[in-house]
Amino acid sequence: MNVIETTNLKKFYNEGTELEVRALNDVNLSIKQGEFTAIVGPSGSGKTTLLNIIGGLDTPTYGKIFIDGKDISKLNENQLIDFRLHHIGFVFQAYNLIPVLSAYENTELIMLLQNKPEQERRKRVINLLKAVGLEKQIDKRPAQMSGGQQQRVAVARALASKPKFILADEPTANLDSKSTAQLLDIMKKLNEEEGMTFIFSTHDQRVIDRAKRVITLDDGKIIQDTSTLKETY
Amino acid sequence: MKTILKVAWRNLWRNKLRTSVIIFSIILGLWGSMFFMGMMNGMNENRISSAINTYLAHIQIHHSNYLDNPIINNNIQDVDKIASFLRKDKRIEAFSKRSIIDAMASTSKGSTGIKLIGVDKNSEVKVSSIPTKLSEGSYLSKYKKPSVVIGKKLADKLGLKLKSKIKLSFQNLSGDVLSYAFRVEGIYKLNNSMIERSNVFIKKSDLKEILNLPQDITHQILIKLEDIKQSEDVKKDLQAITSADKVQTWDEVAPELGYAQETMSTFAYIFMAIILVALSFAIINTMLMAVLERQRELGIMMAVGFNKTKLFLMIMTETLLIALIAAPLGLLISFLTIHYFEQHGLQFLSVAQGMEYFGVGATVYTKLEPQYYWVILLMTLFTAFISAVFPAKKALNTKPIEAIREI
Repeated sequence: MNVIETTNLKKFYNEGTELEVRALNDVNLSIKQGEFTAIVGPSGSGKTTLLNIIGGLDTPTYGKIFIDGKDISKLNENQLIDFRLHHIGFVFQAYNLIPVLSAYENTELIMLLQNKPEQERRKRVINLLKAVGLEKQIDKRPAQMSGGQQQRVAVARALASKPKFILADEPTANLDSKSTAQLLDIMKKLNEEEGMTFIFSTHDQRVIDRAKRVITLDDGKIIQDTSTLKETY
Repeated sequence: MKTILKVAWRNLWRNKLRTSVIIFSIILGLWGSMFFMGMMNGMNENRISSAINTYLAHIQIHHSNYLDNPIINNNIQDVDKIASFLRKDKRIEAFSKRSIIDAMASTSKGSTGIKLIGVDKNSEVKVSSIPTKLSEGSYLSKYKKPSVVIGKKLADKLGLKLKSKIKLSFQNLSGDVLSYAFRVEGIYKLNNSMIERSNVFIKKSDLKEILNLPQDITHQILIKLEDIKQSEDVKKDLQAITSADKVQTWDEVAPELGYAQETMSTFAYIFMAIILVALSFAIINTMLMAVLERQRELGIMMAVGFNKTKLFLMIMTETLLIALIAAPLGLLISFLTIHYFEQHGLQFLSVAQGMEYFGVGATVYTKLEPQYYWVILLMTLFTAFISAVFPAKKALNTKPIEAIREI
């Protein structure tokens, strides 16, 4: 079953004016459970826009997005927030942890918002932080951790809510080689052992090399998809 | 809610200096205005109690025409009935019967109109503090011949000293003008210039003799109660036993004192409201800065699942926490300073003369009733709540997508 499906997805800025930008132009995409997919392409090709629309952070100008069969383009702002909380995990380029919370609390935050019982929260947070190799850093705040460690907390946070999939926008862009390798190992392991679906936007060849599927975007269109090996442009 | 409270609390201390400055501002604002209120209230209470203790008492009784026409013949009719009631009633601490006649006081230096008040020293000392406020001499006890006790202001005006002679002219019951010279036995000093200038005391028995009265006459009965709050009840009971005489409570005799109390209370709240409005702008400014510099972070929070209600509550909580820290501290510091100066007094020696003119001593004993603290606590929390709404609404305008684009 497709976790994500987009049909004729279009995102235009300044539509109908001389300044019209077609960030996404007729994108049709299906992603199945357990995929480890990289979305690549030059700057301005529409990678981030596509991730934002899939993640319910932005709305398409035309077209539909189905997550687990549900059309999220019809949800209002509050419904989208709720939908994101329960179905989607995010990993951002700049980590974006809450600075006043420790690694443990940042990871626990999503589960608190989901009103999960304390025992369940505690067990899962410890397990996740162990899984990302940060069991000894649980009480540290973001400012006391390296970029690689913060990004691993971000991955743990994204996983905490048991989402359908994780969207990671340039997750390794600010990391050194060692941290990148560690992060990719962790995500790959989670993908293989727990069947977690990962979708990245990236320029990083190291990420692309580890991806099972690579979707290439240019000028808002999919020009190559390794799952079909069929050029659409 | 626990999560929101935790995040809000920690957010508050991200910028310790800024939070401390706003907390300190609220504390200072509350302390300044409450101490001022305590001072005003203390001054007012001091003025009222000084007036009650020196010349007003809690209740006064006169002949019903006396106040409009203070002549010797308008004396109280039911003195015995009233006195009998007053002796029996346990609410009454003391009372004093006075004979009062208008007189002209003159010396070689000048002359002025005064009230010559005939008193019985033993009962007078229980209702008025004047016998204890002598700066010189004694209170109607030294001389066998009729003597008087005058105020310091009158003494200065007429160039009188202790043992000096003062000539008093007044009418007797028949309307004849009598003139007598009296020795000044004592000079009293009060915080009330008007009383000092106009009230001259003489033994009631001497006055009766001089006026050649067939019997004791009383123009005024001063009544001191065990509790000021019983004034109205006692007045009603007294009025019921005497129809020819007029019974008045202290605030009816001197309505300006009662009004001053009400006016002070109203002004105090207006003053506090002005301070709180000023503080609310400081709170709005601080919280707005806190929201604007965290716009991206707020967007991320919304992206990961913080809904608008939770975000709104978080900013509201941050603001209310500021008030919940500052208000009790401000109130505590206010209470401690007001309490300290309630015991030790605050000296205003440089403006002593001006204050005395208004019936207030140069030492002000600050005082503020507990109800003010509660009302001001509520006013501060309400102000913080109102001030929080604008920054919190501003936070709601955050769009996660815009916040993420700024990365």
